[in-house]
Amino acid sequence: MPDTMHDSSPAAPASPGRRGFLIAAAGSGFTLAFLRADHSLAESKLAPAVAKQEAEPAFDPGIWFEIDRDGIVTVNIAKAEVGQHIGTALARIVAEELEADWDKVRLHYVASDAKWGQMVTAGSRSVWQDFEPLSRAGAAGRIALVEEGARLLRVPVAACTAKKGVVHGHGRSVSYGEIVRRGKLARHYTPVQLQAILLKTPQQRSLIGQGVQALDIPSKTDGSAIYGIDAQVEGMVYARPKIPPTRHGAKVVSIDDTAARKIKGYIGAAALNDPSNTVPGWVMVYADTYAAASRAAQLVQVKWRAGAAAHVSEQDILAYAARQLHDASLGARLVDDDGLEQAFKGAALTLERHYTTSTVLHFELEPVNALVQQIDGIWHVHAGNQAPSLILPVLAQALKVPESQVILHAYLLGGNMGRRLNGDYCVPAALAAQALGRPVKMICTRADDSQVDSPRSPSLQHLRLAFDGAGKVTAMQHEASAGWPAQVMFPAWLAKDKQGHPYDPSAIAGADHWYTVGAQRVRTISNDLANSSFRPGWLRATGPGWTSWAVESFMDEAAQAAKADPLDFRLSLLQGTGRNAGGAERLAHVLRRAAEKAGWGAAMPADTGLGIAATSGQERDMPTWTACVARLRVDRKTCMVQVEKLTLVIDAGLIIDPDGALAQAEGGVLLGLSMALHEGTAFFNGAVKDGNLNSYLPLRMADVPELDIEFVSSSYPPTGLGEPPVTVVAPAIGNAIFAAVAARVRHLPIRPEAVLKALDRHGAV
Amino acid sequence: MFQITVNGQAHTVDTDPQTPLLWVLRDIVKLTGTKFGCGIGLCGACTVHVDGRAVRSCITPIVSVEASAITTIEGLSPDGKHPLQQAWIATQAPQCGYCQSGQIMQAATLLRDYPQPTDANIDAVMSGNLCRCMAYVRIRKAIKLAAASMQEAPPHA
Repeated sequence: MPDTMHDSSPAAPASPGRRGFLIAAAGSGFTLAFLRADHSLAESKLAPAVAKQEAEPAFDPGIWFEIDRDGIVTVNIAKAEVGQHIGTALARIVAEELEADWDKVRLHYVASDAKWGQMVTAGSRSVWQDFEPLSRAGAAGRIALVEEGARLLRVPVAACTAKKGVVHGHGRSVSYGEIVRRGKLARHYTPVQLQAILLKTPQQRSLIGQGVQALDIPSKTDGSAIYGIDAQVEGMVYARPKIPPTRHGAKVVSIDDTAARKIKGYIGAAALNDPSNTVPGWVMVYADTYAAASRAAQLVQVKWRAGAAAHVSEQDILAYAARQLHDASLGARLVDDDGLEQAFKGAALTLERHYTTSTVLHFELEPVNALVQQIDGIWHVHAGNQAPSLILPVLAQALKVPESQVILHAYLLGGNMGRRLNGDYCVPAALAAQALGRPVKMICTRADDSQVDSPRSPSLQHLRLAFDGAGKVTAMQHEASAGWPAQVMFPAWLAKDKQGHPYDPSAIAGADHWYTVGAQRVRTISNDLANSSFRPGWLRATGPGWTSWAVESFMDEAAQAAKADPLDFRLSLLQGTGRNAGGAERLAHVLRRAAEKAGWGAAMPADTGLGIAATSGQERDMPTWTACVARLRVDRKTCMVQVEKLTLVIDAGLIIDPDGALAQAEGGVLLGLSMALHEGTAFFNGAVKDGNLNSYLPLRMADVPELDIEFVSSSYPPTGLGEPPVTVVAPAIGNAIFAAVAARVRHLPIRPEAVLKALDRHGAV
Repeated sequence: MFQITVNGQAHTVDTDPQTPLLWVLRDIVKLTGTKFGCGIGLCGACTVHVDGRAVRSCITPIVSVEASAITTIEGLSPDGKHPLQQAWIATQAPQCGYCQSGQIMQAATLLRDYPQPTDANIDAVMSGNLCRCMAYVRIRKAIKLAAASMQEAPPHA
């Protein structure tokens, strides 16, 4: 998924080389910050007394920290904390080069402000983008502190070192706090000076690669962590919405609140007037407690005229997709090699398959909610959100105020999965606060939340492979139709193919794989019926959730057609030639290693099988090389799948935090398993079928198989970990089911009925 | 009017008798550590203790707990250092953390019933608590770690 910088620079994260660096007095300490590339500060302006107001507008987004007189290092975090401990990860990179005392490092999650640049947390990109800039920022701070420490100690700079927030030299020492109190830290580094700073070698690091406790965790064990739903202000009114029957186009015909009036604390019910058209047809039910608002909402009767999607269901969306795939003029071709048709014409053997995936809910555990309060013309939005930059313009449009009059305050996010990239839920709370002239806290119930989710779109994919007479793969075609989140919510994230056709990278990433297959074509089509029926969303990996399912299931089917072992077949295509140079070898390595660890090739008990798959998510320009072997048993009577073990080998480059990386991978793998076997719903007459845990059944403690997760020791730049381990699991499971009982499934989630059907089709072994 | 005792403190609450305990705790007593997840007792994020037993506060009407001692995550330990809380930190169990109040409260009764829980005990008791980040591996590990530390030094009853 695209993130903050959609510049898709192929090799390395954005370099800070064009930016200067400033250390300036501020408050009771010093602020350390990059300067904007387009802003040059004259040296004369850097006197500490004036530096703050002069320099502030020039600070570069997102990379900004402070040291106070007690030596406390506060790192401003402009990313959302969704359970990945992003604040800890970013602060640790700073602290490593700064030689800060980790016990004195604090996080500050900032409210939205233009000075932070684009605020979006997505696509497992945060560490990848910020590693080098943050390292240089920390190093520049350390150098200044050592220079000032040396001066205070009256010791040559060359004789001084910094360690854990203290500068030592000739047997004497001075703490960072004391240096801030007594020293003159103000500095300005030119871009060239900054770039010339020598960063630590891996051997010199003391925080990165070591076990460091995440700074946000203690408050998550004693109830003190504050999420959006916990935000409260004096005099606020509670609201629960009545959700219209369709996401788009619904109109309120009538509201009858007679029955609700007997509820103690009930205030009223009213339709929202939404100039941004984000929540058409929403009716808000107000009361002085949430419990009362919720009960009253059950009693308020609303009649709507539904939008067109009231007659649209999952099979309609997939049938529409099938028609689209037949129209060669549609969509964008992000890979489009010459010679494809010719190769298929001359093929000795052609393999052709379709794969489908169902709608998947975020089911983020904290239902969407927002509290909005207007103070002196400024609209304060209190809500957990991953992408303030996406929703601020919408809020401004809805409230009919300039964007500068809307501030989104940062909160922890409860079980997010990408749901809060779409900030639509802030809009009804803002409109309600405006209509009532009072602060309004809106909370969706779980069922409301599911109905207004931006679920992962259902998808249809068509794959075709050509073999020549010698059994060599000579061409591969991959076509996909699905809803496009970027098209619906943030068109600036659309990319263009060579012909200029727009496409949503998040809906097709992964289809442009690293196998060398001769002439290759990848075509991606926006499913307009999905887009107009609901709001397709980003859900932890999004597109690779379906593209990996198709590519890696198909590779197994191709191996079977080629009468080759699935591992050997993959390795034979990972040739590392042409555009696949450099990556294919790393992918081959994790495949080999996972196979070795999982006992690939060993004899299995009856109805038990090993299945293998590999992915290079999240996107091709930031690949995390991941291989998975699933071991499972199929009960032929019930067709239930018992996953016994998942073995993963992951090459994510340099691992900043081994234990945190493992935690991300554990959760990701289990989510992958959950989406493969347990989750999934269907769109039905304008809404999702499953709204709550009585019928939507994510994986639970008792369903957890044995996990064996290994990271490749690597000094490549760090890549993302939130998403890649998710998408590799489903195809490994599908392939293992085939290995166990020769039943090939091509739809996600995999239900026992589908296994049974496939068993019947293939016949009992 | 209802008299309830939360973490040892008496509160008088003026609300409808059917009001779920969850919302009384969050909106009236202003203890927000107990979380709203599904509202139908199936995710466990709202788990609190009523007379020492784990209950789902989202489906517990206030009228049913008037004479009971209610304990929330904020009151599990006076200093936030219950062996489970320490184990949760030691294993770095929380990711987003939203379910963890409920997980810890459920685990506390698990350990009261099964001081040395088997994997099967953990599966049986903890499967009612959904973790959307799927941090189940760490939660299991933390429960075992807490059980071991409580064997060595049992907390004050």
